[in-house]
Amino acid sequence: MTVAVTIPAALARLFPGAPRHFDLDAATVAAAIEALDARHPGMADRIRDSTPAIRRHLNIFVSGEKAGLATHLPPGSEMLVMTAISGG
Amino acid sequence: MAARLFLLLGTRKGAFILEGDAGREAWSLRGPFCEAWPINHVIGDAATGRIFAGGGNEWFGPAVWQSEDLGASWTHSSQGLAHPEGEAPVKAVWSLALAHGALHVGVEPASLFRSDDGGQSFTPLPALREHPSRPHWQPGGGGLILHHIVPHPQDPASLHVAISAAGVFHTADGGQSWEPRNRGTRQDYAPEDQRYPEVGQCVHSLVMAAGNPDLLYQQNHCGMYRSTDAGLHWTSIEAGLPSTFGFPAAAHPRDPDTVFLLPLNGDTAGRFMPDASAAVWRSRDRGENWQALRTGLPQGNAFFGVLRQAMAVDRLDPAGVYFGTGSGEVYASADEGETWRCIARHLPTITSVETMVLP
Repeated sequence: MTVAVTIPAALARLFPGAPRHFDLDAATVAAAIEALDARHPGMADRIRDSTPAIRRHLNIFVSGEKAGLATHLPPGSEMLVMTAISGG
Repeated sequence: MAARLFLLLGTRKGAFILEGDAGREAWSLRGPFCEAWPINHVIGDAATGRIFAGGGNEWFGPAVWQSEDLGASWTHSSQGLAHPEGEAPVKAVWSLALAHGALHVGVEPASLFRSDDGGQSFTPLPALREHPSRPHWQPGGGGLILHHIVPHPQDPASLHVAISAAGVFHTADGGQSWEPRNRGTRQDYAPEDQRYPEVGQCVHSLVMAAGNPDLLYQQNHCGMYRSTDAGLHWTSIEAGLPSTFGFPAAAHPRDPDTVFLLPLNGDTAGRFMPDASAAVWRSRDRGENWQALRTGLPQGNAFFGVLRQAMAVDRLDPAGVYFGTGSGEVYASADEGETWRCIARHLPTITSVETMVLP
């Protein structure tokens, strides 16, 4: 069930000591986010909102495909959290 | 004279801190803090030196940041700072207020939260968000934002808030119930026979007079107002001012009759300094008469605006007055507005200015 999760540098910086790469046991994107939060409390709030949904200006890709919170994570898959174009 | 005076600045690209010397002459700037997030409000706790900054990042959402070492290091939290599932999520923090051991937090879309553990976690006060008038609230240019929180200095259960564009609301029971307090404030943007509704007014700034919790001043999208009964009734004080439009207001730290406003040229005229010449306007008699204070401010080609939370006073004597512009300058007066000096420039758009004096 282990998946490889990568988060953007701008997210890692918000949690002192947090790495950018994680090996997590999670079956869905939502579960992976909770696993990140267990390691770095508060990180889930940065990735998904209360709708609940992935934040509007973030994208998550699972093995190269754009994903949602319910997306299944096959064992050995890669989950990539990326910041989208935003700002001014 | 105080040992240390700090100006706490919220900007579109992080929080900044300006520290003044004993004479309020020399200023040093530090920042940007909070990972250069858009920060809408920064406040300081003069009792502890702790600094709180509220904002929201397009990528990562809303948070309240805090620093216990005058900005050297920061942590952030949004635990509990959320609307119920299925509702519009909290986009950003817009206002902060510390009183009676609680930190109140106003957000966009407009609602109010409270923290009783120093900003580590937040509890919603849902009665305001669920107010029956909510369908009549309309987002202003800045969004549907709760941008001012005015606690009562003695009564922890009494609180005023200001929402654009819903108006002023008051609770007498710690946020369990709310009453609109907009009688006498108008909306020029409604048909003539609908200009004094119960809610929907676009309040821009709300301040309480020193030592008189019933005396409030309000800068509105449509006029300037005074209330002597804690907001139950409002009276126009715009006569003598160059326009009916502006954003910030600041009350003198000791004299309840003295208030500072910063009128702009009008909501459809560019929203910059009238005649492109900057002035802070001061009244010493509760808004009956006004005096333009211009010495040291740019007279000509001043096409800047000043946002709703971007003017403040300090608690020194004589009082200092400060404002930050949309184009990133900070102007300071150490003599209650008589003379001014630019003490910082080239900052991002300044959203808020507050002061903190430490012994």
